[in-house]
Amino acid sequence: MSPTNYLLLSAILFAIGTVGVLVRRNAIVVFMCIELMLNAVNLSLVTFARINGSLDGQVMAFFVMVVAAAEVVVGLSIIMSIFRTRRTASVDDANLLKY
Amino acid sequence: MMPTVISALPGLPLQGGASLSTALGVDYGALAPLFIILGVACVSVLVEAFVPLAQRARVQLVLTLAAIAVALVVVIVRATSGVPATIVLAGSLSVDSVSLFLWGTLLALAIPSVLMIADRSVEAGGAFVADPEALAEAQERAGARTPVTVGAGGAGGSGSDGAGRAGSSRGSATPPPEMHTEVFPFVLFALGGMLAFCAANDLLTMFVALEVLSLPLYLLCGLARRRRVLSQESAVKYFLLGAFASAFFLYGVALLYGYAGSVRLSDIAAAAAGSLRSDSLLYGGLALLVVGLMFKASVGPFHTWTPDVYQGAPTPVTAFMAACTKVAAFGAILRVFFVAFGPTALEWRGVLWAVAIASMVIGTVLGLTQTDLKRMVAYSSVAHAGFLLIGCLAITPAGLSGTLFYLLAYGFTTIAILGLISLVRSGDGEANHLSAYAGLATRSPVVAAALSFCLLALAGVPLTSGFTAKFAVFSAGLGDGEAPLVIVGLVCSAIAAFFYLRVIVMMYFSPPAPDGPSVSLPGPLTTVSITLGVVVTLLLGVVPTAALDWAAAARFLG
Repeated sequence: MSPTNYLLLSAILFAIGTVGVLVRRNAIVVFMCIELMLNAVNLSLVTFARINGSLDGQVMAFFVMVVAAAEVVVGLSIIMSIFRTRRTASVDDANLLKY
Repeated sequence: MMPTVISALPGLPLQGGASLSTALGVDYGALAPLFIILGVACVSVLVEAFVPLAQRARVQLVLTLAAIAVALVVVIVRATSGVPATIVLAGSLSVDSVSLFLWGTLLALAIPSVLMIADRSVEAGGAFVADPEALAEAQERAGARTPVTVGAGGAGGSGSDGAGRAGSSRGSATPPPEMHTEVFPFVLFALGGMLAFCAANDLLTMFVALEVLSLPLYLLCGLARRRRVLSQESAVKYFLLGAFASAFFLYGVALLYGYAGSVRLSDIAAAAAGSLRSDSLLYGGLALLVVGLMFKASVGPFHTWTPDVYQGAPTPVTAFMAACTKVAAFGAILRVFFVAFGPTALEWRGVLWAVAIASMVIGTVLGLTQTDLKRMVAYSSVAHAGFLLIGCLAITPAGLSGTLFYLLAYGFTTIAILGLISLVRSGDGEANHLSAYAGLATRSPVVAAALSFCLLALAGVPLTSGFTAKFAVFSAGLGDGEAPLVIVGLVCSAIAAFFYLRVIVMMYFSPPAPDGPSVSLPGPLTTVSITLGVVVTLLLGVVPTAALDWAAAARFLG
């Protein structure tokens, strides 16, 4: 199968993630959509590594995974702290700061 | 097999074992500032674990300031000794004169920020949430008195959170518990990330540095002692939008890797200069990369987080973010534009003209409608990001040096303004509403005068650093055929002067409200940082030559 198809799949996954961030209300789900975007990027990095015939892209995918893991720790702790004070993880309810 | 694997590391063309040792040899002299900051950040985490509570705050402050000061001295020594620019760590960081200028600026701005963060006189116990250990001790001391669970600030509803109780104990005779000293390692890690971000010579390093600088900042935003709910909301917003933007940045990196076969900035420039490959990957990649960078720099249509986060975060953190993040983000933007995309500038510059104009107009027009001073500073920073972008888009030495000087000048002024804002307080914390500033000049002439001076600097009045900086950036823009952008910039500066002057008029010509806020007397730490900000703003306005010359000598090493 042509590697271009994987690039297409990666773009579709990235787009799904983007739409998810824009339309979903629960902070955890929004965060999962961001993780989906990062992993879509991983797919295209690995595909480009295959197309270019070098391993750089695969190494980069590992870096992205580590960064994503660090982001999960920080993100979930922030979402937890706001959940404890408000009893909700909806991003629509966090609306005290505006205009 | 082994050399093959190693040569596959980003931007590391190796042939055999002989070149391996030279390529992986670390130039400690060039990297010393970065190693000092990140190394002391790790030590500072250990201090958090092993030093007893009573001495912890003092030890952390001394350690942090010492690290920043030593790193600053190392940067200055290297910049003045004329050591040639080098690319270190197998091509991932470029220690050239631009990096050194940005490092010097970042470290110099970090000192007043850290002083403000450490201050415990303006807000009793510090601006950050109470340390759980200190909180437990305070409750033990309070004895049988039942902890009251009311909201810790104007925004109410803090509920069962520990810090809510901490805030409510302030009326009693016992002093409020000490703040969380973990903010110091956070600041150091963020600072280390910023240093790496603006010196990154390949996009992967840039991405990792972006996250290293962002993650501690997300946490710092949510740690305010007063107005917990607003603070946490700002942290959630900053985090979700920041992670969203960094995903775009990363997709841009992937597309550029697909285009050039390498993420080294100079390789991308070489690939773009002489190839018949389809440009859609190159410009698609650039567009996504720019979205991520512009988000961090709070430019134009990507600014939506800025006002909320500036308002919700503890004011010392706002000062740190407003000054240092701006420097780091624009440092990276400059490097990407000049090193990787300089040769193709004519193709993409038009689109970014639109972004610069949008940024200036949005910042100015929405700034006019603000009644909260911290939000006003946020919109002003959006407008200033537009002005800075004028300098970045002039791909000339004048544009580079103008932007660098602007970053230095703007950073000190903003820190001073936010320091002064933190002094005007009412019963439940800072009084940031514009009406609280009515008649401030009669209550505290010094604070009113210093705030007026800094606001005039933001407006760009002569004899302040703001004028010199705007002049440098606008003249560089004119020199590179950006006349329409400069005209929009001048019109926006004129309009923006209205909302800066409105605060000054409010302070000097309105009668003070009888139950108005008080101006708290700052402790030595905040006094030093505000004084530093005001003095540098004045010096860069009156005798800018030395700094301008240093900026003008800065060159990228491709």
